[in-house]
Amino acid sequence: MSANELPKKNYLNADYGVASWLLTKDHKRIAILYLISVTLMFALGGLFAAAIRLELLTPAGDLVSSEDYNKIFTMHGVIMVFFFLIPTVPAVLGNFLIPIMIGAKDLAFPRINLASWYMYMVGAILTLWAMVSGGLDTGWTFYTPYSTSYSNTQVVIVGVGVFIIGFSSIFTGLNFIVTIHKMRAPGLTWFRLPLFVWAHYATSIIMILGTPVIAVTILMVAAERLLHLGFFDPALGGDPVLFQHLFWFYSHPAVYIMILPAMGVISELVTCFSRKRIFGYPVVALSSLAIAFLGFLVWGHHMFVSGQSTYAGMIFSALSFLVAIPSAIKVFNWAATLYKGSVSWDTPMLYVFGFLGLFTIGGLTGLFLAALGLDVHVHDTYFVVAHFHYIMVGGVVMAYLGGIHFWWPKMTGRMYPEFWGRISAALIFVGFNLTFFPQFLVGYLGMPRRYHAYPDEFQVLNVMSSGGAAVLGLGYFLPLVYLIGSLWYGKVASANPWGAAGLEWQIPSPPPTENFAGQPVVTEEAYAYDTMPQEAFGG
Amino acid sequence: MHEQHVVSPRIYFAIFAALLLLTLVTVQVAAIDLGEPEIFFGKRVPLNVVVALVIACVKAVLVILFFMHVKYSPRLTQLVIGAAFVWLFILLAVTLSDYWSRGWVGGNPGT
Amino acid sequence: MASPTTGPRSLLAHHFADLGEQKDATTLGMWLFLAQEVMFFGGLFLVYTVYRFNFHDAFAAASHHLDVKLGAINTAVLIGSSLTMALAVHAAALGKRKQLVVFLLLTVLLGSAFLGVKVVEYADKYHHHLVPGPGFSGEALHLEGDRARQAEMYFSLYFGMTGLHALHMIVGIPILLALAVKGWRGAYSPEYNTPVEFTGLYWHFVDIVWIFLFPFLYLIH
Repeated sequence: MSANELPKKNYLNADYGVASWLLTKDHKRIAILYLISVTLMFALGGLFAAAIRLELLTPAGDLVSSEDYNKIFTMHGVIMVFFFLIPTVPAVLGNFLIPIMIGAKDLAFPRINLASWYMYMVGAILTLWAMVSGGLDTGWTFYTPYSTSYSNTQVVIVGVGVFIIGFSSIFTGLNFIVTIHKMRAPGLTWFRLPLFVWAHYATSIIMILGTPVIAVTILMVAAERLLHLGFFDPALGGDPVLFQHLFWFYSHPAVYIMILPAMGVISELVTCFSRKRIFGYPVVALSSLAIAFLGFLVWGHHMFVSGQSTYAGMIFSALSFLVAIPSAIKVFNWAATLYKGSVSWDTPMLYVFGFLGLFTIGGLTGLFLAALGLDVHVHDTYFVVAHFHYIMVGGVVMAYLGGIHFWWPKMTGRMYPEFWGRISAALIFVGFNLTFFPQFLVGYLGMPRRYHAYPDEFQVLNVMSSGGAAVLGLGYFLPLVYLIGSLWYGKVASANPWGAAGLEWQIPSPPPTENFAGQPVVTEEAYAYDTMPQEAFGG
Repeated sequence: MHEQHVVSPRIYFAIFAALLLLTLVTVQVAAIDLGEPEIFFGKRVPLNVVVALVIACVKAVLVILFFMHVKYSPRLTQLVIGAAFVWLFILLAVTLSDYWSRGWVGGNPGT
Repeated sequence: MASPTTGPRSLLAHHFADLGEQKDATTLGMWLFLAQEVMFFGGLFLVYTVYRFNFHDAFAAASHHLDVKLGAINTAVLIGSSLTMALAVHAAALGKRKQLVVFLLLTVLLGSAFLGVKVVEYADKYHHHLVPGPGFSGEALHLEGDRARQAEMYFSLYFGMTGLHALHMIVGIPILLALAVKGWRGAYSPEYNTPVEFTGLYWHFVDIVWIFLFPFLYLIH
């Protein structure tokens, strides 16, 4: 095969026609289906974000009414959390890469994998339908008793949508765990697995054991609205704080569903672009499991001012600090991996550096919020908003985009334009900080979240934030354009354009439908960059 | 690969008999008031609840071990079941610890 | 769960190395699904536990309205269906076609009997205005005011938990019938009987949920 020609038979051209995509059982094609749907939902959530930032340009609530503003930030949250952040890395990159990274032909249950995508779509369509037929104004948290007794918006429809997409997530996790346990290539022992796989394994545990709890909770909310079963109704003695316990039992670990796969991406990228083995492999691998477990013990830190017992608050606060340990272990080990590495500055690596800085800021401000006394002061302010956007956007989206650029040649067989890649990475970094850093300040000064108007003295910081959002939006728009363009105009990619280790780089770009011609056998650890033949460094 | 373990039907009938017996016991015990002694950190514990819960757990374990063959299953299966119950315990215990401690001195006046 | 067949000719899906790996994988998948179910019901059990301790007296009064005898009989019926299910799995593993079909149909019969008793019980609650909602009245329980509303909470949980449990059985019964039809046609053998085995696991799980629901809902004193 010559260098400037795509391999003749690959998963993209193995079959043609819409049906061949909509009925595919190939994990790589399903990943592409997810890529398209997740991108659309991200764009939609981004439009709502734009509306929020436009409204907040001026102190007066002049662009939209407060009722509409409630709906706008709710839909922004629902779409971004449930339909973008939770599925994005596992369903797109995980789906595409996990079978290849472990030397398998597909995930264990290809049909369930396709069904998961359909569940995602049904959930998304229900949510969109709710959006155009009255919207939702409860906040993405569905807090009772507002959601059960008072809201006149489409709580049940969105609830059913979230319920269904929850099972999409559960079945994705189930598929990953079975695949990782049972389908690894000969020689691929647990401690030879790429850390991306470890991260997804830990994520899948949360998906399977956490998601059903929110599913049943949302079911109870729907039953309360439709059938008058009063699980949380204060009129029957019901306790809204109990709803919060159930909600956060899932929704706090859900943060780790988002960030753990992103951390897995970073481990792959940081080794490849420093040409070194990861520092402290076993610790990085096991810290994923530690985060998954500890993540289930800290949910009460969302409820410090809810009327939860002070003693429970103290325990939750102390346990929350513990999560910082495995998270910091990861950051330190990535930094140690960079040390004396031959670091290059390709686009994926720019995203890695963005991730390291922003995730660290997000994590450290998380410690402020985990401190019981301080949280009472900043609870429900823009400080919280800034904190979780540093984790969600600065962490997850950065890693996701880094991963998309890194594996784009593998997924499509084409290179993205490096120049535009770097420009957009820089725009995103600058735009992000300009958007969200002022929110730390304005939040600390006392600006509450979820209002469409604010006092005049907060305007300067809010204008900075809205301006940053415009830059950020441009930064996200550019990849959409040049990545799509690269499908036609991009340079044809070789099998291993980065000179990277890992099974996925030993097969053609794009891979054939069955991934491997024969059964691959693994003989060494992941990230063996120091023993790689020199010519592989060419790129 | 693990061969399917074939259990003698006699064991199934024995388990069935044990489950019926335990059902009978739990109904009978429920009719007697066992009182609420202060045995757990000064908290009053209704013994009827404890007995009913213990019997239900024994029944569940019998079903899991024998009807569902977990006694003869690979370690991984047992680990999955163990994990599910550990996580269920976390959900129940940590949430109840909030309700438990709400009335304590200095705590929020709770329900 | 996924049936591992790709067609009548080949039992082995293309992406597995051999039938053993495939069996191991689907078994693990089934157990993970059941782990998920444990947490799903777990949320309801948590809600029950909190309110049971908060509103002990009203819950006890409301619970007395339930017919312990019917509940105990239903428990025995469901345990019996678990026995016949276990025997059906046993028959499938030995390749005994007729036994398999008989035991599957017995399981369906016992499961339907359970649901029938449930319908009788639900009708009784409806009759006594004990269905939560605007029509609820504590009169049949001799409760009023806060106590009556707490009893309404009890019946919310009663209907929520037994309803979700019954829904799982309603899903299970058609699967059992389908297995019986396929079993009659000789689809299962000592080498391949995974669907029977997995349906058995599901059915036993539903039985376990009821083993807890019975004392929790019927036996409060």
